[in-house]
This record gives sequence, C-alpha cells and structure tokens, in this order.
Amino acid sequence: MQCCVCKEKPATVHLTQIVGEKMQKLDLCEECAKAKGVNDPTSFAMADLMLGLGASQEIAETAGVELKCPRCGFSQADFKKSGRLGCPDCYKTFAEGLSSLLKTMHKGTRHVGKAPEALRQSRDYADRLKLLQKKLAKAIDEENYEAAAALRDEIKSLGGIAVKSR
Amino acid sequence: MKDIHSFLCSPAESTHRHGPHDRIVISSRVRLARNLRGASFPGWAKKPERVKILEVIQPAVSSLPDMADSFGEAMDNFTALDKQILVERHLISREHAAKNAGSGLVLNREETFCVMINEEDHLRMQALRPGLQLRAAWNAIDAFDSALEKKLDFAFDNELGYLTACPTNLGTGIRVSAMLHLPGCVLDEQINPIIQSVNKLGLAVRGLYGEGTEALGNIFQVSNQMTLGESETVIVERLEKVLAQIIEHEQNARERLLEKKPKTVFNHIGRAYGILANAHSISSKETMNLLSLLKLGVDMSLFPGADRTLVDELFLSTQPAHLQKQVSDKLSAEERDLIRADMVRDRLKNVSRPVTK
Repeated sequence: MQCCVCKEKPATVHLTQIVGEKMQKLDLCEECAKAKGVNDPTSFAMADLMLGLGASQEIAETAGVELKCPRCGFSQADFKKSGRLGCPDCYKTFAEGLSSLLKTMHKGTRHVGKAPEALRQSRDYADRLKLLQKKLAKAIDEENYEAAAALRDEIKSLGGIAVKSR
Repeated sequence: MKDIHSFLCSPAESTHRHGPHDRIVISSRVRLARNLRGASFPGWAKKPERVKILEVIQPAVSSLPDMADSFGEAMDNFTALDKQILVERHLISREHAAKNAGSGLVLNREETFCVMINEEDHLRMQALRPGLQLRAAWNAIDAFDSALEKKLDFAFDNELGYLTACPTNLGTGIRVSAMLHLPGCVLDEQINPIIQSVNKLGLAVRGLYGEGTEALGNIFQVSNQMTLGESETVIVERLEKVLAQIIEHEQNARERLLEKKPKTVFNHIGRAYGILANAHSISSKETMNLLSLLKLGVDMSLFPGADRTLVDELFLSTQPAHLQKQVSDKLSAEERDLIRADMVRDRLKNVSRPVTK
C-alpha cells in the first residue's frame, strides 16, 4: 500500500478516525506521518479529524494572511473549527488549500457524474473539446497530419473555437 | 400542526414492506446533498437566512408529483419525542433531530422519499426502499433531483460538481447505503475481517444509527465514502457488488454454523428466547440484541408458526421513543424497562420454545 500523501513510499502508519458523522482512513509513510504531526493523536484540530490530517494547516498555510470568503465572511479559522465551509463560494476562496485535501479524500479531483440539465450541454461540449484538443496535440506530435487535419475540422465544427497550433 | 403519527404507518404495518434479499438486507437508501447557489450553508447561515431558505425549499419540494401526498413541517414544530421516533424509523439523522427553527422535513405517504431541509446541507434528499434495491433507489432520487432542479438553483461547479458544506460530500453529493442484519457473521466471528476488507474498498461500515454508533442488534450500515471523481452509477454498482458478497458470506456463515456448531447456535437462540419470553425488566439495547437472535432463529425455522414480522415489529416498538409514545405518562428509563419486558412477554406468549433436534 502506498502513502496517500506523497504517493511514493510504502505506507507504514495507518490511521482510522471516526468522529461524529465522518470516518477517515489514512495510510501514511513514516516521513509524511512525521511531517503531518501524527505523533500525538490527541492534539488534532477538528478539521484534521473531519477531513484528514493536515487539513487545517493546508488551508492556513497556503494563504499567509488570513483568507476570508468575500461572499459570506467565512475564514480559515472557522474551517479549522468546524471542518465545514461557509457557502458554495468558499470553494473558490479556499481553492488552493482545498485541492490537495480533496486529493487525499476522494477518488479524483474532477467531478464525474450528474450535472444540472441546464449546464449539462455546455459541460459535455467542454469535455468533448478538451478530448479532441488532446488528440490533436498527440497527432501533431506523431506527425500524423492526416489525422490532425480531421481532428481540426471536427473541432471547428464543434463551435469554431480557434485551434492552437504548435 | 398536523400530527406526524396519523401520517406515519404503524410499526406493525411498516414490517410488511418487502424487497429482494430482505432476510439479510433490511433496507436500501440513496441520499443526495444539494445546496442553493449564493446562500450560506446551514451551519454558517444566521437564523433569518436559514428560515428564508426553508421557506423557499419546502414548497418547492412539496410541489413535486412524488410528494403530492406528503407531510411537511418545520423542525421546531416537532416535540423531542416525535423527533426521536423519526430517528428510530431511520427517516431523519440524529443531527437533524437536534435542529429547530429554520430546518424542516418533507416525507411522502409511502415513506419512500424523505427530504431533510437545512441539515448539514440545504437539502438532503433520500430515497428509501425495503430490501436490496439500490438501483431502484438511485433511479428514484435521480428523477426527484431532476424535477427539483427545475425549481431551485443548485450550487454546481464544472470542476467540483455539486458544492456541499463538507468537502467529504463534494461532487456527486451521493451516499448509497444498505442496512444489513448479520448475526451469522457475528456469531461465526467473520464480521471483523469483513469490515476490514469492505473498508479497504473505500466503503464505510457503521452501526444501527449511522456514523459513530454501535452495531446494536447485529445491524450494520454499509455505504460509500468518496463522492468526487466517480459517477453515481459506478458508486451504486460497487456497492451492489460488495453487498452481494456480504449476503453470500452471511448465508454461508449461517449454514456453516448450523453444520459445524449447532450447539452454539441453539444455545444463543434458546437463551435469547428464554430471556425475552420471561424477563420482567429489560433494556432497549439488550432487547435489540436478543431480538436479533430470535430473528435468526425464525430465519433458521426454529420457531415454527412464529412470524418474522412479529420480531421486526417488536424491534421497532420496543425502542425508547416508540415505547414512550404508547403510554401517556412520562416514563423513566427504569419504568420503560418494566413496560418493555411486559410488552415483549405478552407478544411472545404464543411463540413456543425453539425446536432443536
């Protein structure tokens, strides 16, 4: 089993925490465990317990000065206390700190699955465009110009967005 | 206010719901977390904002065709006892039972949809089904959500999906869970390895009342933990696969126990019957644990003539709030233990001792 933080070294420190509603399992290598301060299990902040170790530090350290959500006034300290965010906009405000947190918590960091009907179409479009552009770049790399031309045309037909050429 | 008790079906009626594999899988549930764009989450919103959000969401939910015949009420209009009854029915979480003004509940007549408003998120909508019916529950709540998104503007981000108060629910906002009765695995001492391997698959195993609770009555809840980076159907399918294996384990454990250790099984079940049929004071916890063994005995055909629904009904009606509701005076825990024992003795008076060869 790999360490869930560095994703390199084998995990030797295994933690299971159940607090109220949440259960969190962590598998860490010795170094990451030390770096996250897993020496004294009694001293974890609430957010650490709810969300995995280092959650509160993660959010606090990225900013330097204390970050506050411009919409709802929620701060890092509030997150540290409750392990919950203040409003949907907080995900933008605290995006930087949250991204590494989400990595340890979930299967991926990009939503896959249902989207509201109104957004579904534009979302599908964006996904399709991304995929085609990736294929195009690959085709160009491989000097497969015939395929590249076909992909370029397909991207054009999707909505005429300018194709970056290398 | 309308009376929740004339709306809820009785404990006896509730035991007549059936579904696939319901000897082992008591019920299936899929819940979705949703929030309104541009509003603070319930834990951070001040009371006036929460009240306003409730006033927007409750009518929207009640207006759905699925909720044509439904019960909707603010949480401050429930007595503490009624809230506890809803918890014992697994209709609301213990967290939601602690809410008051600014939170609410909408429940349909069939008790197949139950929506908590301003729990941890603005909306926690659940589809409930008896037995193993995860797919049906997901399809139901998916359609419910699609109908509701036409009336409410949900907070959604292209990268992160549905935005939730706690990052652990982010993305799909889904929790797929099943409530399992696993006395065979417990008696056969298989339960810990099973829990460990289920945990390794990224699934959680919890007790009777969800997170952080004991597995009273050998009842366990299995659910997904991760909500971001996988689609709802992938999550449902994984749960289905794991549950199929747990069901098989439980069936094998029961067969193995009868074959290899019949005396152990008969001893447990016989003692459970002996105490339940003869006790004059019994706690809720002991009752649940013994009823679980009685139910195992019924499943193993050791109580000819005894109906399984009798055990299921007792399991619900002997829990503290349900018991308190049946008598007019406010009871102390000790008084409840006496009345509970009377009730159980009375209901078991026509059930004969287990038949063991």
